[in-house]
Amino acid sequence: MAVTATTGLDVQRIRADFPYLEELLNGKPVAFLDSAASTQKPRQVLDAMRDFYEHRYANVHRGVYRLAERATEGYEGAREKVRAFLNAPSRREVVFTRSATEAINLVAYAWGLDNLGPGDVVVITELEHHSNFVPWQFVANRTGASFRHIPIDDAGELQLDSLDEIAASGKVKVVANNLVSNSLGTINPVERLAAWAHEQGAIMVVDAAQAAPHRPIDVQALGCDFLAISSHKLCGPSGVGALWGKAELLEKMSPFNLGGEMIRSVALDRTSWNELPYKFEAGTPAIAEAYGFGAAIDYLSEIGLDAIERHEHELAAYALGRLAELDWVRVFGPPVERRAGIVSFDVEGIHPHDVAQILDWEGVAVRAGHHCTQPLMARLGVSATTRASFYLYTIPEEIDRLVDGLHKVKAQLG
Amino acid sequence: MSEFDQLYREVILDHYKNPRGHGLLDTPDAQAEGQNPLCGDEVTVSLRFDGETIADVGFEGRGCAISQAATSMLTELVVGRSADEVARMPKEELLEEIGIPLTPVRLKCAILGLGVLKVALHKSKGTPLPDEWTQGDDLTIA
Repeated sequence: MAVTATTGLDVQRIRADFPYLEELLNGKPVAFLDSAASTQKPRQVLDAMRDFYEHRYANVHRGVYRLAERATEGYEGAREKVRAFLNAPSRREVVFTRSATEAINLVAYAWGLDNLGPGDVVVITELEHHSNFVPWQFVANRTGASFRHIPIDDAGELQLDSLDEIAASGKVKVVANNLVSNSLGTINPVERLAAWAHEQGAIMVVDAAQAAPHRPIDVQALGCDFLAISSHKLCGPSGVGALWGKAELLEKMSPFNLGGEMIRSVALDRTSWNELPYKFEAGTPAIAEAYGFGAAIDYLSEIGLDAIERHEHELAAYALGRLAELDWVRVFGPPVERRAGIVSFDVEGIHPHDVAQILDWEGVAVRAGHHCTQPLMARLGVSATTRASFYLYTIPEEIDRLVDGLHKVKAQLG
Repeated sequence: MSEFDQLYREVILDHYKNPRGHGLLDTPDAQAEGQNPLCGDEVTVSLRFDGETIADVGFEGRGCAISQAATSMLTELVVGRSADEVARMPKEELLEEIGIPLTPVRLKCAILGLGVLKVALHKSKGTPLPDEWTQGDDLTIA
C-alpha cells in the first residue's frame, strides 16, 4: 500500500507504540476501526502518566513543598501545550474540564442562562452530537429562547441558505456547530458560520472533539468564541478535556462549578472568584490526566497533524472506493474532499448491531448505533448506522478486512 | 459450533426472517412502544383481550435480529395467557426460549419487546410496570 510513502507517516512505527494493536484475538490482530468513539493510547502517554504519578504527584496550586511545585508545573505545562495546540492567544483562556461535553455545558449554563431570553434564538445543526445539542435545547427551554437548527442536505452537508430565514426569526445569540461530524465525518464550514454568527451579534461555539485529533486547529483562524476538545479522542486519557474561550467572555461569565480552587476569598457573607482560568476549575482537577493530555499533544505534534490529516484522507478515499464495490452497502455523508476519516453506512436489510456483531467475530471493531446523533439518524431515515473510523495507526489492510467481513455479513444474514 | 451459529441459531434466524405476530392489530385494546436508547432498536406492541386473557398480539419494529426475533418469539409465548400472568412473567422465561448466550448489550435487545408488552398491559390493566421501565422517563407511552 502506498499510504506510508505518500503521506510521510511511518504507520508501522506508529503502530508499535500502541500495545493493543499488537495483541491477537483468535490468532488475528484486531482491526480497531472505532477511533471516533475513543482512541487507543501510545506507550509514550502511558509512560508519562506513570512517571508523573511515581515522581511528580501531589495536589496542584497548594503545597509549598517541592513535590507540589513539580506537580503544578506539570499540570500548568499541560495547559500551555493545549494553548499551543489550539493556537490560543493566552493560557488564561484554557480551562481544563472533565470532557468536551462538560466544556460545552459550561458555556451553555454559565453563558447561556445569563444571556438568553424570549426573542433570542439558539442555532445548532442537524448533525450535532447530543453533547452540543441537548445542553442548548435545555438552556433554550429554560430561558424561553427559541431553538433552531440548520438542516443538512442528503449528503450530510449544512444547507447554509437556511441562515437568512433563521436570522429573520429573532435575535440570534448562539451558533453551535461541530467542526467535524462524529457520525458522517462531514467537515463543516465553521469559519463561515462564525462570521455569520458575529454579523448577528451572536457567539460561535465549536465542538472540536472530533476534529482536533485529526487536523490542525487554530481558534483564531476559525474566528470562534468558544471551542471544546477532549483528551481521550486524541490518544490521551479519558476524564479530561478542555474549553478554550475568549477572555473577555470568560471574565464576564458566572462560575459553573463552585467550591475550592475557584475562589479568591470566602467569607460568611460573600465570596469572590479566582482569576481565569481557575474561576472555572472548582475542586481537585484530573491532574495526571491533564498531564497525559499534554503528553498526547506532544506525541501527535511530533508526528504532525498535517501528516495525520493526509493519512486519514487517503484512508477515507480508499474506504469509500472499496465500499462502492458493494452495491448492497449505502454510504452516508459527503464526498471525500469534505470528509474526515469517518465512514457511516447501512448494509441493506441488516441491522447495524448484527453487522457489528459478525464483524467482531472477524476481528473488526466498528461502532453500531446512533452515535449520539438521533436527530441526524431521523433525517437519514434510519435508527442506526454502522460506522468505521480511522486514525494515525489505521492501515488500508484493516479496511480490506472490513470489506471481507461485510461479505461474510451479507452471506450469513442477507 | 461457530460463534455465528451460537448467537444466530436457526430458530432465531427463522423468527427474524419470518416474524410471527407481525403487524399491529387494527383495533387494539392496548398498545405501547419503546426504544433501546443504546442502539436504536424500536418495538411497538398491540394487544387484544378476551376478558383478562390475551387473545391476540401484533408487533412492529425496527432493530437487530435479536430484538426482532425475541419479540416474535414473545408473541407465541403470551397468547392465551392472562394479562396478570404475563405482567409477572420473568424475563428468564423468554431468555430460555431464545436459548443463546447474550452479552449485557444484547440482553437489552432481547428483552425490549417484553418490556414494551408489559407497559401495554400496565396501561390497560393496571398491572405493575416492569422494573427496567419504572424510572423510565425516556419511555414513550403511545
